Amino acid sequence: MNKIVEKEYLSEKVVKLVIESPRIAEKRKAGHFVIIKIGEKGERIPLTISTADPEKGTITLIIQKVGVTSHKVAALNVGDEITDITGPLGKPTDIEKVGTVLCAGGGVGIAPLFPIIEGMKKAGNKVISVLAARSKDLIILENEIRPLSDELIIMTDDGSCGIKGLVTQGMEDIIKREKIDLSITIGPAVMMKDTSLLTKKYNIPTFASLNSIMVDGTGMCGACRVSVGGETKFVCVDGPEFNAHEVDFDELLMRLRAYSEKEKSAYERYLQNS
Amino acid sequence: MAETLSDYLKQQRDEAWRVELRSKIKAKDRTSIERVQMPEEDPDIRNKSHIEVNTGLSVEQAVTEASRCLDCVNPTCMEGCPVGINIPKFIKYIEAKDYNAAAITLKETNTLPAVCGRVCPQEVQCEANCFYTEKLKLPAIAIGNLERFVADMERTSGIINIPEVQEKNFIKVAVIGSGPAGLAAAADLAKFGYDVTVFEALHEFGGVLKYGIPEFRLPNSIVDTEIAILKKMGVNFVKNFIVGKIASIDDLKKEGFQAFFVGSGAGLPRFMNIPGENYIGIMSSNEYLTRVNLMNAAKDDYDTPVELGKKVAVIGGGNTAMDSVRTAKRLGAEKAMIIYRRSLEEMPARKEEIKHAQEEGVEFIMLTNPVSYIADVNGRVTRVVVQKMGLGEPDSSGRRRPMPIEGSEYEIDIDLAIVSVGVSPNPLIPQSIKSLNMTKWETILVDSDTMESNISGVFAGGDIVRGGATVILAMGDGRKAASGIHKYIKSLTEKGQAVNMAQ
Repeated sequence: MNKIVEKEYLSEKVVKLVIESPRIAEKRKAGHFVIIKIGEKGERIPLTISTADPEKGTITLIIQKVGVTSHKVAALNVGDEITDITGPLGKPTDIEKVGTVLCAGGGVGIAPLFPIIEGMKKAGNKVISVLAARSKDLIILENEIRPLSDELIIMTDDGSCGIKGLVTQGMEDIIKREKIDLSITIGPAVMMKDTSLLTKKYNIPTFASLNSIMVDGTGMCGACRVSVGGETKFVCVDGPEFNAHEVDFDELLMRLRAYSEKEKSAYERYLQNS
Repeated sequence: MAETLSDYLKQQRDEAWRVELRSKIKAKDRTSIERVQMPEEDPDIRNKSHIEVNTGLSVEQAVTEASRCLDCVNPTCMEGCPVGINIPKFIKYIEAKDYNAAAITLKETNTLPAVCGRVCPQEVQCEANCFYTEKLKLPAIAIGNLERFVADMERTSGIINIPEVQEKNFIKVAVIGSGPAGLAAAADLAKFGYDVTVFEALHEFGGVLKYGIPEFRLPNSIVDTEIAILKKMGVNFVKNFIVGKIASIDDLKKEGFQAFFVGSGAGLPRFMNIPGENYIGIMSSNEYLTRVNLMNAAKDDYDTPVELGKKVAVIGGGNTAMDSVRTAKRLGAEKAMIIYRRSLEEMPARKEEIKHAQEEGVEFIMLTNPVSYIADVNGRVTRVVVQKMGLGEPDSSGRRRPMPIEGSEYEIDIDLAIVSVGVSPNPLIPQSIKSLNMTKWETILVDSDTMESNISGVFAGGDIVRGGATVILAMGDGRKAASGIHKYIKSLTEKGQAVNMAQ
């Protein structure tokens, strides 16, 4: 069960795992996520499924090493098993032909954006992808996304790859150039906030895939609640994608920090002991 | 064979050993014995640990309590039991010191006696219908404490009775959810001979018994023992399997499942939708209890974090609120407060839980309701603004309606707030079956006799039907649904439509 069949470092901190999970592979659609747990004492964390191969019965997860659990995941090798995987969770992305779709991915958020780009292209849309990260080594899946995009723009903070600048600059150049019918943004909350403000300015319908804290992920605990259009919504069952222009990103950013001190000290303890 | 339940009970009551036992002590002497008090751990010790509060009756205490029971001709106590335990029979076996026979009696109708003996609200069920309560106006026989005694004796004896199951009929039935409703349904279905698989969404079995009810009221090891018995009865358990997501009911039908019991339980926690409620340090009781009970977040060697508040306000007056506030106390809260909008009399929590909480140093702030929260610059909650309430005319629940008193607002310093004002049913199954008939409360609409939904072969019970009820009512639903499923499959068999997977 849940055996790792392939492992690859996409960058120093980003690891790709292909995992045997035939039932989830068969059901999963773009936008879905899984909850995983490593070891008996592990925590449950949500991870968006990047791709799946129903024939081989595998799903692909891409994880950035940031804290204890992501390090534990990255420490696993081919042949090891993930203790618990539950999914596919959340509502899938609404994929249809709308015209021109502007897909913005930031850092490891490029991983869940990939199946949406794939779906949007298959549905007959013109797809323009803007991938952004701090530096070259954090840009992932460029080779996979390039053939699916009518145009691919890479933005890095330090200019080590593509154009030097923020994701919003790359997006705005395109928005000024041609009509965009839909935008999708996935990445760190602060990046989604900025991209959302930009598309709002130009009145472009935009979806964001939110990465809130979860425990069960099945609609039971309410840890993942966010304010969308003034109403409390649950990312695990109502999302993870929402109308970005209605999301209270400041509240999301605040709530993401709920355990930051505890996470930091747990991580330090983990590094000392490992 | 007895034709009716009352004939059957009478036959059993007339067995020689029962007749002899009754004659040993005069009824007058029985009624003059005082109800045995459940021994409890010292409040100042237990509020710093997670050990069980009620420590259990000794053998002598149990036999004494059992001898109070008059073995009534008409055992009205049974009318109050949602799973129909043969109460006088198991109690008389205790008096006869045949504890194993008492355990077998319990298991005839109750899958989880060690659980029910701990968490059932007996005072409003069997014990409310006891002859002592009804006619003598004396404290009832301590049926719940005796049930727990028998279950604990059996578990610690090392010889655990596995209920008899009929020969396997190789007809597959799916049970969705491994909480009390699902476990009760699975047990009865296994007894009928079905090939039962229980699908659980989480990584542990037991549902609310694991993630919800704390260790000091119901140790997880007890739940595991009861589940082990079901496994020995041949029930299959599959974890991390969310029906409606990883496989639909239709997928499972294709895999040979002929009938379904949906016991997917409570879901989304309710909030009050007041300003500041999404600040850091404000969470639902489901989240708080899941972190502590299921994820062991308060233990250093587990990865899941939890807020350990020093000044904790729990909003609400139900059993879940009591579980949360008492957990907070145990995790080091200097002030653990219940904030409830009505008065102590209207509180829905069990009297025993309220008493235990009071003994443990929980503060009760009554007739008070939160109106907003205040946070520091980091968004971490620091105060709750509350408003005093008065009580008006009775509302639809029969309880007096709380009315805000204008201008009575004041602030209470807190660093953790736990909102325990109810839950909505879990949305995952209803979302996945489009044609399922639901009520306006988003619960599954079922036939109250068979527990069948509008979709043939799909049955449901517990909180997904009731909205938010007790472990024992969920178990009662599970049993009722199991017999509903049994009838349904029989009708399929008669029509030649049931598929025996062995063929």
